[in-house]
Amino acid sequence: MSVTYIDAIREAQLKLLREDSRVFLYGQDIATFGGAFKATKGLAQEFPNRVFDAPISEDAMLGLAVGAAIEGMRPIIEMQFADFSSIAFNQIVNQAATHYYRTGVPVPLTVRLPSGGTPGSGPFHSQSMESIYAHYPGLIVVTPATVSDAYHMLLDSVALEDPVIYCEHKFLYRWLKAKSINGDYLPIGQARIVRPGKHATVVTYSAMVHEAVRAAERLQADGWEIEVVDLRSVKPLDMDTVLASVARTGRLLAVGEAFPWGGVTAEVVARTVSEGFHLLDAPPQRLNSRDTPVPYHPKLWAAHRPTPESIGEALRRLLSF
Amino acid sequence: MPELDVQPFTDGAVLNREYIRAAFRSMLRARLLENKLSSLYKAGKIVGGVYLGRGQEAVSACVGAALVQGKDVFAPLIRDQAGRDAFGEPMIDCTRTYLGSVMGPMKGRDGNIHRGRPSMGMPAMISHLGAQVPLVAGMLFAKRLKGELAGVVGATCIGDGATSTGAFHEGVNLAAMEKLPMVVVVANNGFAYSTPNDRQFACRDLVERARGYGIAGHAVDGTDLLACASVIGNAVQRAREGHGPQMVVAQLLRLSGHGEHDDGSYVPDTMKAGHYGRDCIEVAMRQLVEHGFATVDELFAWQEETAEEVQRSVAQAQQEPTPDPYSDDWRAYSTRLS
Ligand SMILES: Cc1ncc(C[n+]2csc(CCOP(=O)(O)OP(=O)(O)O)c2C)c(N)n1
Repeated sequence: MSVTYIDAIREAQLKLLREDSRVFLYGQDIATFGGAFKATKGLAQEFPNRVFDAPISEDAMLGLAVGAAIEGMRPIIEMQFADFSSIAFNQIVNQAATHYYRTGVPVPLTVRLPSGGTPGSGPFHSQSMESIYAHYPGLIVVTPATVSDAYHMLLDSVALEDPVIYCEHKFLYRWLKAKSINGDYLPIGQARIVRPGKHATVVTYSAMVHEAVRAAERLQADGWEIEVVDLRSVKPLDMDTVLASVARTGRLLAVGEAFPWGGVTAEVVARTVSEGFHLLDAPPQRLNSRDTPVPYHPKLWAAHRPTPESIGEALRRLLSF
Repeated sequence: MPELDVQPFTDGAVLNREYIRAAFRSMLRARLLENKLSSLYKAGKIVGGVYLGRGQEAVSACVGAALVQGKDVFAPLIRDQAGRDAFGEPMIDCTRTYLGSVMGPMKGRDGNIHRGRPSMGMPAMISHLGAQVPLVAGMLFAKRLKGELAGVVGATCIGDGATSTGAFHEGVNLAAMEKLPMVVVVANNGFAYSTPNDRQFACRDLVERARGYGIAGHAVDGTDLLACASVIGNAVQRAREGHGPQMVVAQLLRLSGHGEHDDGSYVPDTMKAGHYGRDCIEVAMRQLVEHGFATVDELFAWQEETAEEVQRSVAQAQQEPTPDPYSDDWRAYSTRLS
């Protein structure tokens, strides 16, 4: 028996609906239909009064969530694709993110963003929005890379008092499987060392964790031992684990699937340089997608995001410095 | 005034006396307070801008006075000092926020009209117009899930310009689809900041939109307290009784600029001299006396009491400490994560 990443997301929602009467799900096509990706399959049948189809009104969906959270509920909003959260941007960054600071009243809500590219999805069904939301004070942004994290971090997200942007990677939905949901548990805010090493550190998150591990495996044939750090949440950002790793390896490559201008990888590099300059034996590097919209054709798409090959090349350059 | 909760605002053609008196007193309190805020602004004593509801008090007060604090939801917008007052917001919340006292509801972290007390059913508006419409829908939606919606109403006010936002359309449509007991009151003062209606929308009258959303629409003369009390009071009652969202469009004129930095010179004199240019407070005073809702002596006494209350409230807020950047906790999160 195995569990996929999307099974874990569904299971977490099922558990939440069963155990916490404050939780309800709101999103387009999520009730009878079970969601565009089937992350809520069967949930409306078991909880007909807690799982609701929403109109195609992302702004209003998030407005509703903030209002419901003020009233003490724990809404989970499913965006059909992360890309469409741009319509809800105002409610997320101006209403939800500022609410606790302005009023002292927290708004515990979770927005599920089906994120990242898959072949053939094109510019508007492939985006990675974590950097944008992480920019705003008041939001917590999580990016689970494993089946167990997909499960536990969704439970933890809903338990938090603050608004959480839960970035789930579409590429991992069915491809990523585990024997069970219960892998190692770490709280939100702690990074995990996925693979120990001593020659260089790759800091990454979400689907890129798996690409980085592949790159590291390839370099092992040449005797390089690459440490891979999975950030798990990009905000808060666990710089303690990053700096401890860089202290061991002296070399840093930050990898992300989002666009290259600014963002999570830039933040990791900037903080490493300012807080751990003395630990570095080489200039820290970043690798992101290319600086174009996410292309449609699978051949273009595959070369737009970092791959084990491009990560491997970046590591070799870093190691030869 | 929880006793209003179960009483209709009109009994046939007869208006509820207490409702009218409460609404008028809030209009008066708002007007005198805002006159004071305006002079404080001109004297440079206000932190930030000042946004007045002058000319729109009748509409706003009739919304607030029709609601029950602790049970209903009221999401005020820019020009709702009167409605806030009628809903039960203490005057000191306003003066503290405008004068920068750290003891205000927003503790100096937000200002002027961007204040609220979500736990008393009055969320704090964000600047982005339209955004409160779906938020009120969400509060009502949650009350339904909790089994607490029976007899509850959520109301929000908005301007003509803000009806052009996506959030407004999305929010009203969502509320209609969910059949929520929501009242949206549009104060059509002819201008959004400086932009006239004919550069804002093409429908003849905004109330026509209600039909498109599948909700009830009501039009009212926003300068006429008794008309507002009847139309708005009944719209609230209709929502309370389970008839779904209600949209009220009140026609009026704002009798000041967009904010106190603006003289409103774009409003043509012909409009100012026309029917909607009349002052709703003066109209209301005549109506109260003519219909026997109040005596002239009462009106004078209320003015005096209110003027004193305004002075006290301003004096108190002025004596209070302002926020201290060194002791502020600078926290945007309720959770303590590493
Ligand atoms: C989404 C959004 N865009 C622009 C503004 C800037 N703005 C503040 S008030 C205002 C005019 C509002 O007009 P209206 O809704 O008619 O209300 P009125 O000022 O006439 O009372 C504008 C454009 C804003 N607050 N929100």
